[in-house]
Amino acid sequence: MHNKIIDLIIAEADELNEQIKNRVPVEAGRDAPLFGRNGGVLDSIGLVTLIVAVEQAVEDEFGAALVLANEKAMSLKNSPFRTIGSLTDYIVGLLKEDGNG
Amino acid sequence: MGMDNKHQVILITGTRKGIGRYLAHYYAEKGMTVIGCSRGEAGYELKNYRHFCADVSDEKQVRQLFGDIRKTYARLDILINNAGIASMNHILLTPLKSVRNILNTNVIGTFLFCREAAKLMRKQQWGRIVNFSTVATPLKLEGEAVYAASKAAVLSLTEILARELADFGITVNAVGPTPVETDLIRSVPREKMDRLLARQAIQRFGTFEDISNVIDFFIRKESDFVTGQNIYLGGV
Repeated sequence: MHNKIIDLIIAEADELNEQIKNRVPVEAGRDAPLFGRNGGVLDSIGLVTLIVAVEQAVEDEFGAALVLANEKAMSLKNSPFRTIGSLTDYIVGLLKEDGNG
Repeated sequence: MGMDNKHQVILITGTRKGIGRYLAHYYAEKGMTVIGCSRGEAGYELKNYRHFCADVSDEKQVRQLFGDIRKTYARLDILINNAGIASMNHILLTPLKSVRNILNTNVIGTFLFCREAAKLMRKQQWGRIVNFSTVATPLKLEGEAVYAASKAAVLSLTEILARELADFGITVNAVGPTPVETDLIRSVPREKMDRLLARQAIQRFGTFEDISNVIDFFIRKESDFVTGQNIYLGGV
């Protein structure tokens, strides 16, 4: 499941890269920075776009209607939106909670 | 996106009766693919029309509806947030349950549909959202405190979502009908209605056509520079 989710995030980031100036360096895999003070490449609209695209891709792939930007995500000390890796781990966790793990 | 009507997918909430029912027929006749919803069955069948049973304030049901639209049509061009309820009552006689019902349908329903629609519209970088406000808000109608307040919230949502969604090519506007002779106002005494109409610049009941005329303006492709606006009918 882990690899599937990374692939899915990379595919969506690739698509987003075509529309934005500061591209997500997807070749870095798990370490690719997304959003935040430490090297984040996305602006807030870019992040919103990526989150929604990944939500829809997860729903298509796993049939689970997750809300990635929920209150938990916003209050976590370490934002799940820092890197492709942190976002992957976060989604795996949510899917497990949802009974898909 | 210079699409003709025939390829546009339009979602209208509250299509079982009243204005929503009229709008479903109106846009289906124009050749659009019309998706409607209400808590119960539509009670009619129409070419180019598909009905969903859903409570607009139930997040799960709303997401299911949008999941279905995404899988079936892979797009949504226009959303008309028509579903709304009112309850005329003095505040001292207003049960909390009706307050919750009104806020759920009018505010939460509008919010949920805007959010989910914008997710779909984002993909094509084009979309039109039309919400429903009411003249009860600017006219400060006594007996309609909660209804007017809920629609004031819809107005704020409209104005701010217009800004938040502009980057995605989505416009968000609102139309504020005067009283139209539908179920919504059936319980209001005639004398009260006359006093209300007297406060309009043009003193008559609104018609369904008055409303679709404003919606037509907001959703036409040439209106891509018109967003965050509200048009009250009747010169209120």
